Amino acid sequence: MSTATVPVAGASPWDRVRGYRPPSRYLPVLATFALFVGLFGVGGLRYEGFADPQVFLSLLLDNAFLIVLAVGMTFVILTGGIDLSVGSVVALSTMIAARTLELGWSPYLAMATVLVVGAVLGTLMGLLIHYFDIQPFVATLAGMFLARGLTYLINVESISISDPTFSEIAFSTITLPGGYYTTWTVVVALAVVAVAAYVLARTRFGRTVYAVGGSESSAMLMGLRVAAVKVGVYTISGFCAALGGLLFAVYTLSGNSLHAVGMELDAIAAVVIGGTLLTGGRGLVIGSMLGVLVLGTIQTFISFDGTLSSWWTRITIGLLVLVFVVIQRFMTRRQS
Amino acid sequence: MRKVLAHQLVWPVLALVVLLLINVVATPSFFDIRMQDGHLFGSLIDVLRNSAPVLLVALGMTLVIATRGIDLSVGAVAAIAGAVACTYIVGSDEGAVGTAIVACSMALGVCVLLGLWNGFLVAVLGIQPIIATLVLMVAGRGLAMLVTDGQITTVNNDVFSDLASGFVLTLPVAMLVALLVFGLTALVTRRTALGMLIEAVGINPEASRLAGVRARTIIWTVYVFAALCAGLAGLIIAANTNSVNANSLGLWIELDAILAVVIGGTSLAGGRFSLTGTLVGALFITTLEKTIPNIGIPSEANYLFKALVVVAVCLVQSPKARAALRVRRPAPLVAKAATS
Repeated sequence: MSTATVPVAGASPWDRVRGYRPPSRYLPVLATFALFVGLFGVGGLRYEGFADPQVFLSLLLDNAFLIVLAVGMTFVILTGGIDLSVGSVVALSTMIAARTLELGWSPYLAMATVLVVGAVLGTLMGLLIHYFDIQPFVATLAGMFLARGLTYLINVESISISDPTFSEIAFSTITLPGGYYTTWTVVVALAVVAVAAYVLARTRFGRTVYAVGGSESSAMLMGLRVAAVKVGVYTISGFCAALGGLLFAVYTLSGNSLHAVGMELDAIAAVVIGGTLLTGGRGLVIGSMLGVLVLGTIQTFISFDGTLSSWWTRITIGLLVLVFVVIQRFMTRRQS
Repeated sequence: MRKVLAHQLVWPVLALVVLLLINVVATPSFFDIRMQDGHLFGSLIDVLRNSAPVLLVALGMTLVIATRGIDLSVGAVAAIAGAVACTYIVGSDEGAVGTAIVACSMALGVCVLLGLWNGFLVAVLGIQPIIATLVLMVAGRGLAMLVTDGQITTVNNDVFSDLASGFVLTLPVAMLVALLVFGLTALVTRRTALGMLIEAVGINPEASRLAGVRARTIIWTVYVFAALCAGLAGLIIAANTNSVNANSLGLWIELDAILAVVIGGTSLAGGRFSLTGTLVGALFITTLEKTIPNIGIPSEANYLFKALVVVAVCLVQSPKARAALRVRRPAPLVAKAATS
């Protein structure tokens, strides 16, 4: 009767390969991966030099900060929240770094200050959200305004960074076999993805994040530490935004209050395209990274083409978000 | 006295009054209004005129929030409206009265379409409002740049620029337009059943549908209305500078509008709205923006103060924060004796 689905003893390896179905939770990520490979393949066919591995490495290099942001955002969205403050925190981080370096602080102290400020801001928003029942949207909106306002208070003008340590990190490259190169910012971003993936998949904190996103009241009744997780994800997001801000400061070697306007939208879009459910409970960090890469590929596409204008990037991103949201909607509707 | 204190508008109005007093202390001539070139002139008139775009967007946002939704795309819609109008004016007989009217109608027509789109995603496909409108928020500025071809389009049309800087009966046109929309909205929602139906949908869409309310149509209507208001605001902003920059027109106006709605006492959980509150909220935000440079702080820092206001308002509204305060401050003995 059901011989077709039950693997029979003695089935050839080919049968097993043919009958293999990836677990359904990996399907959205696989779709994003297919989209990324497809985009890259089309680019490689259409434009000379697009398929070069260095283009892929540059993609990572140009989007390292966004990958870090998207990782933090994934944690928040997995619990069913949202963090609108990340773009402003990036701007604040570049500004704090630039200003403290200008005052002659040690670069390591400056970096530590930035990371602490980001994490504290995130924690404050988390506390507001959990203990005062303020909607994540509004609390992080306040955080967004607060961070942007602080940035303007530090300085309205742009400050350039000339610290040797920052320049060293910005310009030193790692040579890979085959004459390709990458930078330390990429290493940091990939390390963040790896750590986040481990935390979500293998630690008690990570599993509780999924549980809270699935159903907060159930998680509470199970005796899980909902409060710690709900505040913790915003701390992580704030920390990631600050780290992303440091990477951005290294990338641009300047602090500016107008940096990263609207970057929170890119981060949210990357997470959505990466297959994370916006209602929370399902999604993978690796998907968010692929989402960022898809966004980056679209940008590369447009710069390679030359006839398309830059605003097509935003329109395409909007369309992609739409497609993924509608697909999500139908998938969840079918299940329920 | 207690009745006055319990009214939901007391705190917003009080905050506005405090803000005005700070201004008067900083610059004693703040309340001065005089006639100049045949119209009223003064800081207060400035505040009223500048509050028009925020008020318009906030009015639409109030109704959307009352249905338990949110519209993040209003800034992008405003940019598209400005872009459409300016591009049309430049492309045809630039100075004519008819051109301005056709341009504005076209822009508002486009806004209706955009509102229908948002409403379709929310009401028909059932996508969460914040995500559904995020799509247009991301793509909208791209569309606006597509219309203007990425240029900062400058227009030269007297009727169009009168929309922002003109005066009728000594009063600024922008303010009159905003107040007209305010009056019409108040009339339609409070003198007909529409307001109650909107609140019913906000409290429980499913129950209201079962009770015979056309929830889907109402949700659709409020998103179209929000887009229309945003478009009108976009036209006023564009007319104010006689130009459109698709990147910056109406940037963050959605946040200002949400802030105005929250300050006015409309609950973000839906089901209850106050248009007068929104009016006070919009005036408060514009006055705040005027106050910051007035007391000698760089005007860009107004975001910081807005953040503090949001947090304060939310804490005042939050039942948990109120409960926490009540525990620490036990009821006075007299009151206890009176109740027992």
